[in-house]
Amino acid sequence: MLELKHIDKYYNPGTINEMCLFRDFNLSIRDGEFVSVVGSNGSGKTSLLNIICGSIDVENGQIIMDGKDITGMKEFSRHQKIGRVFQNPAAGTSPGMTILENLSLADNKGKHYLLSRGVNDKRISYYREELSRLRLGLEDKLDVKVGSLSGGQRQALALLMSTMTPIEFLILDEHTAALDPKTAETIMELTDEIVREKRLTTIMVTHNLRYAVEYGSRLLMMHEGECIIDAAGEEKAALNVDDILGRFNEISIACGN
Amino acid sequence: MTLIIGVLEQGLIYGILALGSYITYKILDFPDLTVDGSFPLGAAVTAAIVTKGGNPYAAFLISALAGAAAGACTGLIHVKCKVRDLLAGIIVMTGLYTVNYRIAGMANVPLFGSETAFDNEWINQIPQGLASYKTLMVIAVVAVMVKVLLDLYLKTKSGMLLRATGDNERLVTTLAKDSGTMKIIGLAISNGLVALGGSVMCQQQRFFELGMGTGTVVICLASVIIGTSVFKNARWMKATTAVVIGSVFYRACVALAMNLGLETTDMKLIMAVLFLIILIVTADRKKKVRNHA
Repeated sequence: MLELKHIDKYYNPGTINEMCLFRDFNLSIRDGEFVSVVGSNGSGKTSLLNIICGSIDVENGQIIMDGKDITGMKEFSRHQKIGRVFQNPAAGTSPGMTILENLSLADNKGKHYLLSRGVNDKRISYYREELSRLRLGLEDKLDVKVGSLSGGQRQALALLMSTMTPIEFLILDEHTAALDPKTAETIMELTDEIVREKRLTTIMVTHNLRYAVEYGSRLLMMHEGECIIDAAGEEKAALNVDDILGRFNEISIACGN
Repeated sequence: MTLIIGVLEQGLIYGILALGSYITYKILDFPDLTVDGSFPLGAAVTAAIVTKGGNPYAAFLISALAGAAAGACTGLIHVKCKVRDLLAGIIVMTGLYTVNYRIAGMANVPLFGSETAFDNEWINQIPQGLASYKTLMVIAVVAVMVKVLLDLYLKTKSGMLLRATGDNERLVTTLAKDSGTMKIIGLAISNGLVALGGSVMCQQQRFFELGMGTGTVVICLASVIIGTSVFKNARWMKATTAVVIGSVFYRACVALAMNLGLETTDMKLIMAVLFLIILIVTADRKKKVRNHA
């Protein structure tokens, strides 16, 4: 269970450019929900993820994870339970290290990083198995540096790495946006597979309305720091791309565009 | 022959320093100026120990620990006080000047008459024929040990996380680890090695001089850049080996320039100009200058 209570978030507070993004924002996400978040640029989607992960601070309000107040918790500590995949495929992997080294690093998440050997040879067959699920042929490239892989391959690897160890929440920040349509489709299918298999509570920000409609159990549409659509269950199932696009147009007209 | 031995001795000593700088400059992408202070710090600690009759090999270890403490200070200032990398190094480097003076007690400390790592009862037992190589042999053993230990460390979990910190700090955060802590650890190891180099240098040249640290950062970075660019495409060679070779090569260049009739006082200018030439030739400046200038 993840709860945001009475969140206030300002940008540039105390200056002439002060902008209020969230005012008394509330959201609660139940365990096992797969929430797709859509909305125009500047509507607060990515800020929402950053607030949950602790990448940015809030002015007021509480963030509660599994009943525990994590508002003051450091970003890195929160990631004990959170896995995150970014829009930029370079953000989720270490380019100067090999695929094997990257996977070994990710495999150790939640434990100490001390002076034992970094790569555990006994795990290699498991890594190969996991990589073969990606159907990108990476299982034969364990000793290749990640920096020389394509964006799609790196993003698939990042997804695998972020969900390798037991986590509870998966945060996806437009993770298919930088990929070509075919690769994006593959990554999206893979995401759904992993989320179902590991029963992860997932929040996915996307600009792809079809993904938002097709995948997930709940759909949020954000506008100026508020949720203007919040549909779950049957209501969500009944939504289609045209409905959402319609709402987008309404907003745009209201804003004078 | 004496000249070659001299170049190798100096080159390998600076190789130890360069291995330290390799951690900050290449792995962490952190331009660390602390080295100008931690190099003489190692020498000052060594002078204080050796002149009082302390074990010269223990001086290696204690110097390294002192350097690690200095590096950790730079790291703490950068990470906890959020002071930018170059300034954090300058603060510690400047402060160390006084600290070094206090530790050594004087601006110049000769080690004549004291036992050193290269001149003591135990090492003097080697056969006459090898006597002129004994200093080089001890230095080589220290340099190779440092290189091997560093290679081993970089393959541990901690070492891999350190590499990831320089490569992609965000990844470290998503692995639920504090990248700031890793930077502090990296700076501590780096400056520990630099101070170890200072200890070796102090015992080799048999004196400590307060101003000996000036230009250390130039020597270190020149060695790192020469090594890593010359052997960029040599996949069979570890970067650490390349860095040590780079250091010897740089030392040889400086010795060559000195041999052309220049004075000892011209040395720093030669070093600076050589460094500039290396930067231009290798074009390594592009990326780094944009990031840190």
